[in-house]
Amino acid sequence: MASEQVITRAATARTGWGAKLRNVEPIMALWIALALALAFLVAFPLVKLMIASFETRDGAFTLNNYATAYGRARYLEALFNSLKLGALSATIATVIAVPMAWAVSRTDMPGKGFCWAMVMAAFVLPPYLGAIGWILLAGPNSGFLNILWRALTGAEDPLVNIYTFSGLATVIALHSFPLVFLFVKSALDLISSEMEDAANILGAGTIATMRRVTLPLAGPAILGGFIIVFLETIALFGTPAIIGIPARINVVTTQLWQFFEHPVRMEVAAAYAMPLLLITVAMIGAQKLLLARKGFVSQTGKGGERREIKLGAWRWVMFAWCGGVGLFAVFLPVMVLIQASFAKAWGRGLSLDNFTLRNYRLLLFEHDMALTSVWNTIWFSAAAATIALIIALLVAYMVVRKLSRFADALGFLAMAPFVIPGIIMAIGFYAAYASPPFAMYGTAALIILAFAARFLPIAYANANAAMRAVHPEMEEAVRILGGGRMTAIRFVTAPLVKRALLGGWLIVFIVATRELSAAVFLVGPRTRTMSVLLYDLSEAGNFEVLAAFGGILLVITMVFVAVGMKLAGRDFMLRRS
Amino acid sequence: MSRLILSNLTKRYGAITVVDGVDLALEEGEFVSLLGPSGCGKTTTLRMIAGFVPPDGGSIALDGKTISAPDSVLPPERRGMSMIFQSYAIWPNMTVEENVGFGLKLRNLPSAEIRTRTLEMLDTVQMAHLARRYPAELSGGQQQRVALARAIVIKPAVLLLDEPLSNLDANLREEMRFEIRRLHNAFRITTVYVTHDQAEAMATSDRIAVMNAGRVEQIDAPHLLYARPRTRFVAGFIGRTNLIEGTVANATFAADGFSLPASAMAGQALPPGPTLVSLRPQSIALHRDVPDAPNGHPVMQGTILERTYLGESWDYVVSPAESALRLRVAGPPLDVHDVGSAVWLALDPAQLAVVQ
Repeated sequence: MASEQVITRAATARTGWGAKLRNVEPIMALWIALALALAFLVAFPLVKLMIASFETRDGAFTLNNYATAYGRARYLEALFNSLKLGALSATIATVIAVPMAWAVSRTDMPGKGFCWAMVMAAFVLPPYLGAIGWILLAGPNSGFLNILWRALTGAEDPLVNIYTFSGLATVIALHSFPLVFLFVKSALDLISSEMEDAANILGAGTIATMRRVTLPLAGPAILGGFIIVFLETIALFGTPAIIGIPARINVVTTQLWQFFEHPVRMEVAAAYAMPLLLITVAMIGAQKLLLARKGFVSQTGKGGERREIKLGAWRWVMFAWCGGVGLFAVFLPVMVLIQASFAKAWGRGLSLDNFTLRNYRLLLFEHDMALTSVWNTIWFSAAAATIALIIALLVAYMVVRKLSRFADALGFLAMAPFVIPGIIMAIGFYAAYASPPFAMYGTAALIILAFAARFLPIAYANANAAMRAVHPEMEEAVRILGGGRMTAIRFVTAPLVKRALLGGWLIVFIVATRELSAAVFLVGPRTRTMSVLLYDLSEAGNFEVLAAFGGILLVITMVFVAVGMKLAGRDFMLRRS
Repeated sequence: MSRLILSNLTKRYGAITVVDGVDLALEEGEFVSLLGPSGCGKTTTLRMIAGFVPPDGGSIALDGKTISAPDSVLPPERRGMSMIFQSYAIWPNMTVEENVGFGLKLRNLPSAEIRTRTLEMLDTVQMAHLARRYPAELSGGQQQRVALARAIVIKPAVLLLDEPLSNLDANLREEMRFEIRRLHNAFRITTVYVTHDQAEAMATSDRIAVMNAGRVEQIDAPHLLYARPRTRFVAGFIGRTNLIEGTVANATFAADGFSLPASAMAGQALPPGPTLVSLRPQSIALHRDVPDAPNGHPVMQGTILERTYLGESWDYVVSPAESALRLRVAGPPLDVHDVGSAVWLALDPAQLAVVQ
């Protein structure tokens, strides 16, 4: 803004126009370039999706797509199923996570570091891998838990059946509870012990204080976490596809997938996607309002001292609770996956004659797509993370330094995909760019751009925070000493934001490597990613190869998470921005 | 010829005029403070001088060349100035030595010369032993010294300081005040210093420009600003004072409870009509008995209403008999008067200042 009205003495001598042009050109050019990039990545796919929902194949206006999309009981039932599943998963996740968050934040429970690591692991584990693990654990006939149950009790019926509505909801909750945990823990971290002391001194015991003071103070955060899990669930494709389809539970995302089976009915899918989009936009709006009522939580937080609540023997109960969650969310599913990946037949359990490396050998040396998909995943994700971060950085720089009056519009567009479920983003990209004149269907570019768009908000939030941390006077000090803006960026700003940006890049990269719901709509035969190939393998039903492939995916993810923790700090994935 | 001239400099943000027709001229080597309450436009004025903010009216000239005008602003990096920021803006990714040498590096000097000049400068600010440290390892006062060194080492045409001491604690602030003046005496760099702290401005400056609501109220040497405030704002902002309303008629100034011949007021013009004067608490003497005051020095009887002990002096509020005035009077620590006791006041007319 101000400092960019840069005219040299030479330019002053020239007439108005030349001076004016020099005055606005560099920043305006950058603004236009960014606006075009964001229009391409965010605005156009969304607009195209909306238009497509009102068009026939030939481009004439019609309401038929909506009539088709909502004209069958089965489709409507899928809608209701999604809402029910979202509510149930979010409830289970909240029940799991709130006591954990309270125990870690406020009490003297032992093993907090372990608990934290476990939340991190549940967060990093791709949801569809957890789902496959749970099929092996709790399939009605041959799931390990059920076999064990029958062996122990002699009962006929299975103990748990994963192929049910509640089974599906539980599996989803077991991977999404970290979101509630993070919300609630950071709220509890801000409540000072003096609040609780005030209740104690008036005669309330530990339990009454927790129920009447602490939990209500964390109320907005709990509700906020609930909403996020609800939205994650209704937008989730992998787990409902892997467990829901065999269980004949149809939800919106799996129904959208079916509209894409031959013959592709993209227009109907577009119409059918609208409620998902509207619900997401509305609920994120509601959640923003909820958390914006700052007077509730954070205001009192800062100064007050915080003490750990002494739980006595109960601390072991809390520890058991956290350990139990870790057992079911991470340890058991990962263990059965590893076992199956080295097994000739996974149902035969652990024994030496069941051990084989055949599954890995098949994938690594014989399978025609496995290695290609590994390579695809890595370079698609790296390219997408790079594109997203470059755009995010430039936008954040313009917004934070107020370089243009219209910079905020760019910031808004960069954050917009946050309220767009990935699956809808993918359908939008399909509608906009799959067919001529772009004809990008099945190309690597289409997937990379869709990933970049989908994860732009993560990149932007990171870049924005990084830029904010650099005081504008840091750059001004360079300029007054004789360096231009570029010199300031090169010698001061860039070195200062480097580390934070690396963390941002790695987060985008890691979430991109496990992305399924957007990829599954956009991949072609030669551009399959690991997640899509994994889904293909799950449809084929060969669980040993599937598990081995999951193992490979897990190892790759872990390597990058470890690199991230080394370079950007232990909690870099879990930082809330 | 003046080094730096601001003429009718104006800046608006929306409907608010934050800097309103400021005129100021600095001589070569002069140290001038912009002093005023927060929001008075002093920092905006400084940032216009630096080239970070374009003016909406008026101009800034350096050595006779216009460097800022509404339609043309020379960018900061081509002004040959340097600046010390409120946050210091010491680059945390560079060592002390790299910070100080950066401006010289930008001037493409040979690296041997950069090193000598940097170390010389660090020696001057007593930081040579910390040259290899990173800023995070320095205290606030040390960072301040690095900022000073970094700004001065390039021998700038004008040095700008934006409330440089506001983040330091009281003792350090006092120390750095003298350090800044010492460096000015050593290098004689033309300096503009922005502060809201009058003691700071008085200790450092050759002249002070008092700003209020975007305008310069008065520019004068510090002692004149104190003794001869020209506006009600300056009288009230610099030190404490009694503002007394009165009337001038027949060459006599008459206020509620006392009067004195206009000639006693040390050559200040006193046009007939209502007049406001400023009378410092220090220019009133307190006595237990009728004082033997020189001719023309008004004497009043009064009663102590309130008192506060301030450490260096007593702050009394005295109500003169047969007057509605409430006068603040300063008294030495051992000159103790109880509340309610009767006292005599003697005014020194030479220390009265006529204000608008």
